[in-house]
Amino acid sequence: MQQSLVRIDGVSKHFGDTTAVDNVSLDIGAGEFFALLGPSGCGKTTLMRLVAGFETPDSGSIVIDGIDMAGVPPNRRPVNMMFQSYALFPHMSVAANIGFGLKQAGMGKADIAARVADLLKLVQLEKLGQRKPDQLSGGQRQRVALARAIARRPKLLLLDEPLAALDRKLREETQFELMQLQRDLKIAFMVVTHDQDEAMAMAQRIAVMRAGQIEQLGGAREIYETPATTFVAQFIGEINLFAATVERGQVMRCAAPAFTCRLPEPMAEGTAVSLAVRPERIRLTRGEPQGGEIALSGQVMDSVYLGDVKVWRVRTDDGGLLRVSAVNSGNGTDDIQRGERVHLAFAESDIRILPR
Amino acid sequence: MSAGKPHRRKLGTGQRVLLAVPFLWLLLFFAAPFLFVAKISLSQAVAQRPPYEPVFAWSEGWNVFVEKLGQLSLSAYGLLFEDDLYLASYLGSLKLAALATLIGLCVAYPVALAMTRAPRSWRPALIVLAIAPFWTSFLIRVYAWIVILKDEGLLNHLLLSLRLIDQPLQIYATDWAVLIGIVYSYMPFLILPIYNAIDRQEPQLVEAARDLGASGLSAFWRVTFPLSLPGVFAGALLMFIPAVGEFVVPDLLGGSDTLMIGRTLWNEFFANRDWPTASAVAVIMLLVLLVPLLLYERNEMRISETRR
Repeated sequence: MQQSLVRIDGVSKHFGDTTAVDNVSLDIGAGEFFALLGPSGCGKTTLMRLVAGFETPDSGSIVIDGIDMAGVPPNRRPVNMMFQSYALFPHMSVAANIGFGLKQAGMGKADIAARVADLLKLVQLEKLGQRKPDQLSGGQRQRVALARAIARRPKLLLLDEPLAALDRKLREETQFELMQLQRDLKIAFMVVTHDQDEAMAMAQRIAVMRAGQIEQLGGAREIYETPATTFVAQFIGEINLFAATVERGQVMRCAAPAFTCRLPEPMAEGTAVSLAVRPERIRLTRGEPQGGEIALSGQVMDSVYLGDVKVWRVRTDDGGLLRVSAVNSGNGTDDIQRGERVHLAFAESDIRILPR
Repeated sequence: MSAGKPHRRKLGTGQRVLLAVPFLWLLLFFAAPFLFVAKISLSQAVAQRPPYEPVFAWSEGWNVFVEKLGQLSLSAYGLLFEDDLYLASYLGSLKLAALATLIGLCVAYPVALAMTRAPRSWRPALIVLAIAPFWTSFLIRVYAWIVILKDEGLLNHLLLSLRLIDQPLQIYATDWAVLIGIVYSYMPFLILPIYNAIDRQEPQLVEAARDLGASGLSAFWRVTFPLSLPGVFAGALLMFIPAVGEFVVPDLLGGSDTLMIGRTLWNEFFANRDWPTASAVAVIMLLVLLVPLLLYERNEMRISETRR
C-alpha cells in the first residue's frame, strides 16, 4: 500500500445512547480509492463526517497528511466533500458554485474564472456555467457538485452516496467517470455507499461496516470470495448459509441439506459453524453429477429469468433450501423449470467456513 | 427540465366556484368600499347629514343621476396639494415606517436566527413566545408603553437608578416613542418570515460552505443571509405597509408634532368632519401603498417560482 494519507485510530462517536462509530481504526493511502460500505445506520456517514470535521470524535484520533485534526474546523482541513444532496447553493450560478471554495481561498478573479472554466470542461458542462442549479438535471447537478468539491484540489475527496440520486443507466456511466477522474487527479477518494456493486466496481479497498464497527476490510475479491463473517457474506452478493457442526476426524456435518465435508484446518469438536456457498458455484444438472464433489438432489421451487442470469431455488430431499444461479449461456441447463427434479453439485473448496 | 410556462388547464365548475369565493370577498369588502370612498373624495363638504354632496339615491331616476355626476369634482385633491400639511404627513409616515422597518429588521434578524439555532424541541415554544403579544389587546400594549416611556416612567426610573442619566429622557410624546411603539408592535411580522426563510434552508448548505473553506461568519454572509432575503423582504413589507397607515401608535405615543397620515386622516374625518378631504387622503394613501404591495406580490411570485 502507498504511504498513509489518513490514519483513523480508535475513533468512537456516540449520539446520546446510540454508538454511531465504535472504536474504528483504518488507514487510507495517498491516491487510494476507498469505500465505506454498509447498510443505513451502520455509522459509515458519521465516520465520513468525522473525517470532514462536521463531527468531533468522543475518543480516538484522526490524522490527515501527518497533522492531527483534533480541533481543526472543516474549513481548515485538506479535505473536501461531495454531499449526497449535492448541497449546491441555489442562489449562485453553476460557475459561482464551483468557484466558491477558490474565492474563499483568496484566489484572484481571473484565476478563479480560468480554473472554473477548466473544471466545467472536465465535467462536460462548458455551456452551463451561468445556469442556476434548479435549471439543471439530476446528472448535471451531480457533476457541478463534483467539480465544486475538487476545485480546491483536496488531498482527500469524500463522496457521500455519490451515485444514489442518479438513475441506473447514468449511475453506471458516472461510476466509470469517477474512477477515471480519480486516476487522473491522483486524489484519494473515500466513498460512502450502501450499494455493494458501486463499492466493488470502484474501490481498491472496501471497509464493510456494521453497527459502528468494521466487519471486514479488503479488496473486492477478498471480501466477496473470503467473507470474514456471515454478515459480510450476506451483505455482499447472494449466498447460501448452512448451519454445521465440527465432528471428530476433522469432518463437518451439515443437517439440511445433509452432507459432510472435510475441514481444511482442525477445529475443536462440537464447534458450531456456518457454511457459505455462493449460488454461482453450485452446478445444477438434470443428470447425475460427476464424483469428487458434494452432490445433492432435489426439486426446483422457483426459477427466475433475469436475462443475463437465471436463478433457481431448489428444495433438497432432506429439506434444505438452496439458491443456485447460472449465466445465461444457452448450454442446456438454462431452461430448467419449476417442479423439475435436479441434481446439485459443488466443490469442497467453494465452501467458506464462518463463525456462527 | 424545462423552465417554460406551466400548462394551462381548463377549470372545472367546482374550481370556478372555489375561485369565485376570494374574488367575491375582495369585491364585497375591498372594491365596493373603496369605490364608495373614492366617490366621497370627489364630493363637496357640506354642513348636513351626510356631510357631503351630491348624495345619490336610486329613487331619483337616471336624469338626476347624470346631473349629480356632473357635480363631482377634484377639489378635495386640489386641497391636498395646496396645503403642506398633507405632503408632510405622507412623508412623515413613510419616513417613520421606513425607519421603524429598518430598526425592526436589525432586531428581528438576530432573534429569528437564534430561534433557528435553538434546540429543535424548543422551537415551537419560541414561536409561541414570538406571537404571544397578539394574545393581549393591541391598545393595551400601546398604553403599556406610555407607562414605560413617560418622563417618570419605568425606563427613566431604571436609567436614573443605574446613574446612566441624571435627567429623565424625553421619549414619550416624541417621534422616538412612535418608532419604539411601531417596532414593538410589528416585531412578530418580521420575526416569523425571517425565521421561516432561514429554517427552510437545507442545513447541508452551510456545511458545504464550511467544507469549501468558509469560516462560520463567511458561511453566514455568503449562504445563509442571501438565502434568507426573500423572508427579510416579505417581513419588511408586512411591517412597512400597515406601519405607514398606523394611527393608534402615533396618536397614543406621539407628540402633537408627530405627523403621520393615519392621524391626519382621523382629524379630517372626526375633528373637521371634512369627509371628502379625508376620503381623498385615504385614496392617495392607498395609491402610495400600492407600490410596495406590488413589490411584495412580485417577491412572492419569485419565491413560488424558485420552489417549483
